[in-house]
Amino acid sequence: MTGAPPESGRSYGGARDSAADGAVLLETRRLTKDFGGVHAVAAVDFRLRRGELRCLIGPNGAGKSTFFKMLTGQLRPTSGAILFEGTDIAGEPQHRIAARGIGIKNQVPSVWDGLSVYEHFWIAAYHRTGARSAAGLTDSLLAELGLEPIARCSVGELSHGERQWVEIGMVIAQDPKLILLDEPTAGMGLDEVERTVSLLRAINARTTLVVVEHDMQFIEMIAGMVTVFHQGRILVEDTMENVLKDSLVKEVYLGSGRTES
Amino acid sequence: MASARLTALELLLWGAAAVAVAVLPSVLSIFGVVQITVFFIFCLLAVSLDLAWGLAGLLSFGQAAFFGVGGYVYAIISMNDATTLAALVAAAGAAGVAAGALGYVAFYARLSAMFLAVMTLTVTLILLQVMGSTADPSYHIGMAVLGGYNGMTNIPSLALDPPFVSARALGPIGFFWTVSGLLIGVVVLGRLLMIAPFGRVLVAIGENEQRVELLGYDVRWRKLAIFSLSGAVAGLAGALFSSWGSFINPEVFSLAQSAQVVIWVLVGGRGSLYGAIVGALLVQALTQYLGSIGTAYTTLALGSILVVFVLLLRRGLLPTIVRGVTGRIAAADGVRQR
Amino acid sequence: MEFLFVTLIGVAFAIASLVLLSLGLAIIYGMMGVINLAQGELIMLGAYTVILSSAHGLGVWGGIVLAPFVVGAIGLVIERCIIRFLYGRLLDTMLATWGLSLAIIAAVTLALGPTTEGVATPLGHVAIGDYALSVYNLFVIAAAAVSVGFVWALFNFTKFGLIARGTMQNADMVAALGIHPPTIYMATFALGSALAGLAGAVMAPLTGVVPSLGLAYIAKVFITVTVGGAAIFGGTLGAGVFLGAIESAVSFISTPIYGQVAMLGCALLVLRIAPQGISGLWRRRG
Repeated sequence: MTGAPPESGRSYGGARDSAADGAVLLETRRLTKDFGGVHAVAAVDFRLRRGELRCLIGPNGAGKSTFFKMLTGQLRPTSGAILFEGTDIAGEPQHRIAARGIGIKNQVPSVWDGLSVYEHFWIAAYHRTGARSAAGLTDSLLAELGLEPIARCSVGELSHGERQWVEIGMVIAQDPKLILLDEPTAGMGLDEVERTVSLLRAINARTTLVVVEHDMQFIEMIAGMVTVFHQGRILVEDTMENVLKDSLVKEVYLGSGRTES
Repeated sequence: MASARLTALELLLWGAAAVAVAVLPSVLSIFGVVQITVFFIFCLLAVSLDLAWGLAGLLSFGQAAFFGVGGYVYAIISMNDATTLAALVAAAGAAGVAAGALGYVAFYARLSAMFLAVMTLTVTLILLQVMGSTADPSYHIGMAVLGGYNGMTNIPSLALDPPFVSARALGPIGFFWTVSGLLIGVVVLGRLLMIAPFGRVLVAIGENEQRVELLGYDVRWRKLAIFSLSGAVAGLAGALFSSWGSFINPEVFSLAQSAQVVIWVLVGGRGSLYGAIVGALLVQALTQYLGSIGTAYTTLALGSILVVFVLLLRRGLLPTIVRGVTGRIAAADGVRQR
Repeated sequence: MEFLFVTLIGVAFAIASLVLLSLGLAIIYGMMGVINLAQGELIMLGAYTVILSSAHGLGVWGGIVLAPFVVGAIGLVIERCIIRFLYGRLLDTMLATWGLSLAIIAAVTLALGPTTEGVATPLGHVAIGDYALSVYNLFVIAAAAVSVGFVWALFNFTKFGLIARGTMQNADMVAALGIHPPTIYMATFALGSALAGLAGAVMAPLTGVVPSLGLAYIAKVFITVTVGGAAIFGGTLGAGVFLGAIESAVSFISTPIYGQVAMLGCALLVLRIAPQGISGLWRRRG
């Protein structure tokens, strides 16, 4: 895929937010997940507008993946509400939530080793559009992602980065209203990361995105608003620029010599 | 795993099989034809398991239960003055319903794969005991006496029942052609199913079910559908078995019978339907030979084969051979293996 | 009054024998998540130990004492030669142990013959009003209680038990502490086998012993362990009480076979409601 060099994050982020139509797509109210005595996600109030490209950051164990899993129905919330397009979907089965239009790319590539790349996209598209359109959609997606050379290869034989791309492609083929991406660039080299950035920007034109990432360069290239998670709660929600300056965030990430409670 | 599309080679294979089946009775003795017929019935049973296990990853340890249910239902219905054709359909239907009931509990409660395996085996063993306890002549359904461990005899053979013409039982050759035709038919339909969208989704479910669900698919009814279909085909095989020997007894529910079905598919290689047939034929031949020495030796061999294959040749014979051959061909062509 | 007492003993006996038979598999399943399909055969081997020791002058009691050691050793060999290569591959373990089950049944048939063997039930009867109560049934109840108590003490009061419970919860952590999880699995498999052998030995005087004896028990044991869930004690005891009571009630009203059918039916019902078994019901509160 030919990606234009990424524009500077800040101005792009601003332009993005004004392109969003402002309607609230996803909202959580006091969303909580307890595991035994551990509050993995603690009464989180979260709001996402249609068209946004939000980044979720935070140290490991802050609850980001757990949060995602509740949004997709992979985990049942202990309490709280998840409003998607105004409807409470908390606790609904995975397939129903997915059919409503939420797609996820998991942290560890979740694919079908014995099937080809073509089939991955085809099956993702098929549920939505039926057999006749699925083939056409698959072909154009393969072209858009530059994956035509490996279209017929079994995904089990591909490299880690390629498998990430296959899963991202699958989620795009699903054409959801909201895409959650859990560390999409993990294990990727720099040029792959840049291609991913261009891709995500292109998708963002038609889909709302939430991305969990640790790679600060990536986030700077791409983010509008950034939400910082810490110990199951939202610590700070602001633009990337302000988040980087925030002393609380610095303390959480780097420590300041004082012991944390 | 068989390919996701039908190749010319495969169509050729079907044609060749049809021709071979047509010609075979003229080459074999009547005894040989009868023998091959029961081999093919067991091939059908093996294919039924492969439809669920090879296609969607649903391992049932109790395919013999559906086989036996089909056999007994055929016997009961055909002995109660129904046409044998109706009995055949009813047998497949009953087995399909039984599989559906078990599958409903397993898939809609989202129970693990291990649960399915354990429960199907448990049901088989319980059926063994229940049917074995029906020795008293008071155990009968209509005119069909269940017979306990002695089983049921004088089961009507499959007959052609065109309307207004008196029924005529199929002779050994006619029966052989019927069984072979059904086997080829099920394989063809099974392959068509595998390359259809429904089949591809099932393969994906077998590989990574959650990923399929996260795309919006309700996997539960799909698994239920293929599992019920698999049960129905096993029931069909059971009915044919009943008809073949005019006899059925609770041995069909035995642990050895259940294990054999799994061993056939494991040895031959699951996922292609052809592997199941190869495995069934090979192991059947072996057990036939050993059976002449003693049943305990057969059981010992079956158990050992199962252990050895799980430990050493997990994929089964056909995929291993195919991979070896295509690997050699690719190497000879100088093609780099990706 | 006497009738009530005798009936209660009967129900207690059904529960106790179910728990005793299932305890070995419960440990193996609770520890490693493995469903060992050869468990019935381990029970059978315990029964044959009693038959053989009886025939060689050591009597029934000698057999009951020997069985855990003999069958525990056999379990150890099985674990070393087969099970340990298949950790993490649960369905494959089931397949392999199933093959093993067939092989063991065949081997015993060839070595000891297919005919039914038996030993007389020791200890005689005691009169309760108009009824005669077999004292051996009381022994079975006691044996079950002692076994459960012993294993419970082992798991909760010994160093081995602590390590074993830790391995159950988080094998990686235990490994990080310098203990080799495979060794723990080996020990627990041997323990589960020994308990199966003991159960078979204790039940031997009450039934005809044949090579296919395991098949008669395995359905019940599977159902109990699956319904019990991963919690070894609470789950198995809970399932044992619930299913044992149902089985004895239905068996009393009709035949033992319908007792098993009723057991299976209730098990399926419970699992439909609580897929993790009885253990899952408790855990949900946490």
